Amino acid sequence: MENTIRIQVQDREGQLHDIDGPTDMGMNMMELCRSAELPVEGTCGGMAMCASCHMYVDSDHALPPKSDDEEDMLDEAFFVEDNSRLGCQIHLSNDLDGLKVKLAPVGN
Amino acid sequence: MIQTDILIIGAGPCGLFTVFEAGLLKLRCHLVDALPQAGGQCSEIYPKKPIYDIPAYPSILAGDLVDQLMEQAAPFEPGFTLGERAEEIEKDEEGQFILTTNRGTKHRAPIIAIAGGLGCFEPRKPPVEGLANFEDHGVEYIIKDPEFYRDKKVVISGGGDSALDWAIFLAEGVAKEVTLVHRRTEFRGHLDSVQKVMDHASEGRIRLMTNAEVVEVQGEADLQSVVIKKKEEGMHTLETDHWVPLFGLSPKLGPIADWNLNITKNAVEVDTFDYSTNVPGIYAIGDINSYPGKLKLILCGFHEATLMVQSAFKRIYPDKNLVLKYTTVNGVNGF
Repeated sequence: MENTIRIQVQDREGQLHDIDGPTDMGMNMMELCRSAELPVEGTCGGMAMCASCHMYVDSDHALPPKSDDEEDMLDEAFFVEDNSRLGCQIHLSNDLDGLKVKLAPVGN
Repeated sequence: MIQTDILIIGAGPCGLFTVFEAGLLKLRCHLVDALPQAGGQCSEIYPKKPIYDIPAYPSILAGDLVDQLMEQAAPFEPGFTLGERAEEIEKDEEGQFILTTNRGTKHRAPIIAIAGGLGCFEPRKPPVEGLANFEDHGVEYIIKDPEFYRDKKVVISGGGDSALDWAIFLAEGVAKEVTLVHRRTEFRGHLDSVQKVMDHASEGRIRLMTNAEVVEVQGEADLQSVVIKKKEEGMHTLETDHWVPLFGLSPKLGPIADWNLNITKNAVEVDTFDYSTNVPGIYAIGDINSYPGKLKLILCGFHEATLMVQSAFKRIYPDKNLVLKYTTVNGVNGF
């Protein structure tokens, strides 16, 4: 399908979900997960201000580098790894077809 | 005992607008909020962010929206209990609710409006095993009184302003020893705070451990040491009297969950006729409620608040008739 990419999300129980994501709706990974009813809170609505959409990127897609805001917010997250990102800062585009992510554990 | 007509839990935009709409019906309001200031998320998380979907405001900063709502509510003299979390509710013999906060402040009202947004903001707790055992025994998430740390060894975690500011403060002649542990080498605090920490570190007043995190707490009844994992060098055990993890705040539904309300997915179910909950006299408005078609938008919360106070009025004065009056005709007559 045109303007649709396939993304694989591993939930916190280890289950894999293949999700079709539109690239022409201005969507990000946090919103895509929420629309697929995966347990991603997106508390702040996507402003990189809460880290509730913390996820790990497991494929080697070239993502835009983290902004200072995103890095700052990851400072307040837990279980942060080198491949940690905030889902709300990953905007769906055609070159992300085949992206694989894993939802990070939820802190207390 | 604080008596009011509508006790509003949550002083965010929706709670504040409730004061105005209730005031038009001559109902008095009192607001309770766990945060020390009014405004909810708008003040706490994103005061400097512009909001573009408030009708008639093409753009307004969240902080300014709160200021405007405070001004709009002012003629109706709302009361505030800030910095206290609504904890318990019970009913007295006259059918009024008694709400007690975590600090013991008691409020009494015939109507409760929960405008709690995402819940109450609480410190983020790092996922370290056994951490809860040391809470108030060496582990604190908030520094209330720096004197508490006089001549003590303190480990602070975090990279934001509060971590930096407290590390500086405690290092300047308060604590015996200050260690600042941070996930990476860059800090997000104000540049001058970062510089000050670096200066203190090079002069030995702050032990700075970057690319590091606390992964273990040790002790008997009281905290005795923490284990710090450094990215390159591995584990490092550090004796300390206190560990203060400062990782910001995140919202939790909190005690509301125990009020016998119907709750699904962290939201209170309401009837869209008047935003009443399953408990007569308790309403839920704004981001905290849930109903088919719900949108978590400030403007929807304003609508919900407006309809809710009409229903609240009829509960308080079942024999009085209520006629919608326009502010353009009657103006705003404060208390």
